[in-house]
Amino acid sequence: MTAAPQKAKAGAEKIEVEVSAVVPLNDLVTRFEFKRRDGAAFPPFSAGAHTVVEMQDAGRTRLNPYSLMSDPADQSIYAISVRRDDEGRGGSLFMHRNVKVGDAMTITYPVNLFPLDLRGRKHVFLAGGIGITPFMAMIAHLERMGGAWELHYACRSKALGSYADELSSRHPNKVHVYYDDQKQAIALEDLLDGQPLGTHVYVCGPQGMIRWVHETAQTHGWPDENVHSEEFLAPQPGKPFEVRLCKSDMVIQVGEHESLLEAMERCGVDAPFLCRGGACGQCETDVVEADGEFIHRDHWLDDDEHASGKKIMPCVSRFVGKALVLDR
Amino acid sequence: MSKFKFPESIRSRPVYGTLEPRSGKGHLMIADAEGAEALLDLAAQDAELFHAAHIIFIPKGTGETFVEKLRSRQPAILHVAPSYESSIPRIRRVLSDAHMGLQVYLAGTEGLMGQAQNEAMNAGIPHTAIQTEHRGSVARRMQCVHCKGITEDVMTDPFVCSHCGLNLFVRDHYSRRLAAFQGVRVDAEDPGNVPEPVELYK
Amino acid sequence: MTLQFNTETFRDDYSFRNSDRAIKRFPFPFHEDSYMYSVNMEQHRGGPAGSVFEMRFDVDEHYVSEMQDRALVLAEDPLRCQSLPHMTLAGWDTLELIMVSKSEDYPDLFELHRDGDRWRWINKPMGIDHSFTFLDETTLPCGPLEYITRQAQGDFAVLDQRGEMLYMDAGMVTTQADWSLDFDIGMDFFEWHAPVPLAHEMGIFKRALKFLLNIQQGAPARRLNWTMTVNPLLDTSPENYHKWGVQKTTLTPENIGAKQHLRVELQTFYRLPRSNALLFPIRCYLIAFQDLVSIPKWGRRLHRVVRDLPDELATYKGFIDNRPKMLEYLGRFDDGLPTSPGVWPDLDTEPPLQR
Repeated sequence: MTAAPQKAKAGAEKIEVEVSAVVPLNDLVTRFEFKRRDGAAFPPFSAGAHTVVEMQDAGRTRLNPYSLMSDPADQSIYAISVRRDDEGRGGSLFMHRNVKVGDAMTITYPVNLFPLDLRGRKHVFLAGGIGITPFMAMIAHLERMGGAWELHYACRSKALGSYADELSSRHPNKVHVYYDDQKQAIALEDLLDGQPLGTHVYVCGPQGMIRWVHETAQTHGWPDENVHSEEFLAPQPGKPFEVRLCKSDMVIQVGEHESLLEAMERCGVDAPFLCRGGACGQCETDVVEADGEFIHRDHWLDDDEHASGKKIMPCVSRFVGKALVLDR
Repeated sequence: MSKFKFPESIRSRPVYGTLEPRSGKGHLMIADAEGAEALLDLAAQDAELFHAAHIIFIPKGTGETFVEKLRSRQPAILHVAPSYESSIPRIRRVLSDAHMGLQVYLAGTEGLMGQAQNEAMNAGIPHTAIQTEHRGSVARRMQCVHCKGITEDVMTDPFVCSHCGLNLFVRDHYSRRLAAFQGVRVDAEDPGNVPEPVELYK
Repeated sequence: MTLQFNTETFRDDYSFRNSDRAIKRFPFPFHEDSYMYSVNMEQHRGGPAGSVFEMRFDVDEHYVSEMQDRALVLAEDPLRCQSLPHMTLAGWDTLELIMVSKSEDYPDLFELHRDGDRWRWINKPMGIDHSFTFLDETTLPCGPLEYITRQAQGDFAVLDQRGEMLYMDAGMVTTQADWSLDFDIGMDFFEWHAPVPLAHEMGIFKRALKFLLNIQQGAPARRLNWTMTVNPLLDTSPENYHKWGVQKTTLTPENIGAKQHLRVELQTFYRLPRSNALLFPIRCYLIAFQDLVSIPKWGRRLHRVVRDLPDELATYKGFIDNRPKMLEYLGRFDDGLPTSPGVWPDLDTEPPLQR
């Protein structure tokens, strides 16, 4: 046993896969299924987990997290569903345009930042759009274990309601779908009212929806512990900036369309990460010196830590100013 | 009446707060003895909330002192029980009927609050969402780690386990699940050498 | 090498012994001549051949006897194994992890045959050949956690992870360093560590928790911890403290070498795949002082560590009263020579005792 604590490796363990199916679901969403290249079984995973998919896009490595949406008990495949984001940074476009059946890819072991609370007497799922994906796995899990659940799923239109028909026909009494273009909306106050003690609510969707659910539940006297949410943030573009990395002893430039974490990786710095979406805390980095303003976008650090200027989450947060020195 | 301020202790020792009105779909209040004062303070802050409350009150040695005061604030239901044990079936029945949004307020001795909190937790409410306020006696509910028997209302350290008779010292290590502090044999390494009992917090 | 299992006891006549091989592979916990708390985590992916770090779950010469001792403890006090209702899935995760690991790491001792959910488990050292249905509790004689940990050395705490916190919600605990599962079950990470002195103030538990929350599937971690025990007693529980506490007063200059044991815990941490819980196996290794000092480097170092340990820690670890006797004994094996860094015995390079 060595004396010094070992540094955690950046990212979760990896699995070499082959794309076994590409299934367009509608104009925006496509499902990708993976098989292992070594023919072995995938590790089991817990519902709500995500995997980080590595994309080799013309010399640039993109790493995007996607919820695993296949049945957790099925160790023969992993599946994700990707919504094409034409305004985004290009990861989803790459998946939609370039990834074909038979392609070799690398994904990470499952990481769960949105687990079911297994104490729950009942689980109420609230999905907005592509936020349906983690619930696909949760529903499969609860069906197998005999858990109580219901789903309320808001989508733009019938044409864009990924999996809505499949879910409705399989679980007609538990699935409720709401179409924006038909002016249907989740009656949140009604459905929070009268749930048995020990019910947990899970929301996955746009930021506004997540905030709405947390606030409404709170005014209805729900404990915070019973309200769960997951939101992956995509790094936002911003003005290029320069950073000095103490431990690595180098100065790097962060481009307009890359995150600080990506810039470090591009320069060969082995920086830790897991979710790449401001949620897991793994990439937390100490600030040695800063003359300027931080643009904090993560969910990990609290307000005091943000205000202190002593820490930054390089996966989603940026900096504007004269000088930034990090302990990395 | 001034509240007793417990000295700072280890992380497992419960810390009690001050009851405050919270929005919710129902309000269950359980108190013993001087715990009634905390409920009355709550009534003074929010009479309307109090009118919607179901109160279970165990007077212990305080007799009728608080019962009329509580009744005069017009709670929806006031149930006066002769002992905590006698109120358990009622507490369980009320919790089994309750829905998410129920607020639970506990006040009085540590033993009462701990046991009632446990009932609420078993019903599905996380302990962090249950309000507590200590009033009255600082007596402790102790579990003997050796025989597992519970001794109620322990006032001295060390004390004699009411089940197995061992001399136990009073730890601050506390189990929410047992609603009790841990008692460990004081003379295990030197049998017979039992220190003179000292009153708790004196 | 085929493993020979000792016939030995951890109570009454205390016939427990370490073979020469067991002494040399003992997980000595001090990498330098002093000790202070640290998180000291490293990845758990094997180690030198033959060391206790090599396999995921080390099986050694004490296996069968330790399992017999566990059965005795459980017969006396079944509360040593408990699982809160929501932890059953984590119990199955544990069973799967241990069965798969042992059958792969020790194919001559253990076999696992899987046909979908129909599993057959063969444990040759314990004479078990059992078919059951995975995830169906009614096909096991007891819960999955109890079933498999009656067949695995060391204690097992199973920690549920909720909202950036770990909760001790299940476990099998019969070889513990004076803590009670029955009392601590359901507590959060800071609560069950509450009685440990100094470490909270040092921020140790905050850092450790952050590390543990981020342990991911496929990337287990490990660390060592230690304490002292008089007589090779596995079950140093608070429940039985009124019976074993008095044994601490039986040390004499004549018997200390044989009676006083260094007790080392190899703690490992696994993210469980189906439940997202964290499995925390705590494997206990005991070594008598007289065996430990047969490794010159360890004899020198243990003397220095025990001598310089802060009083709070010696009190917490329960040997403050016996420290003078220990130092008197260990001092005879410390000639003042420097020691090589790291925990390994270094028998070929470290000089013999210069006395």
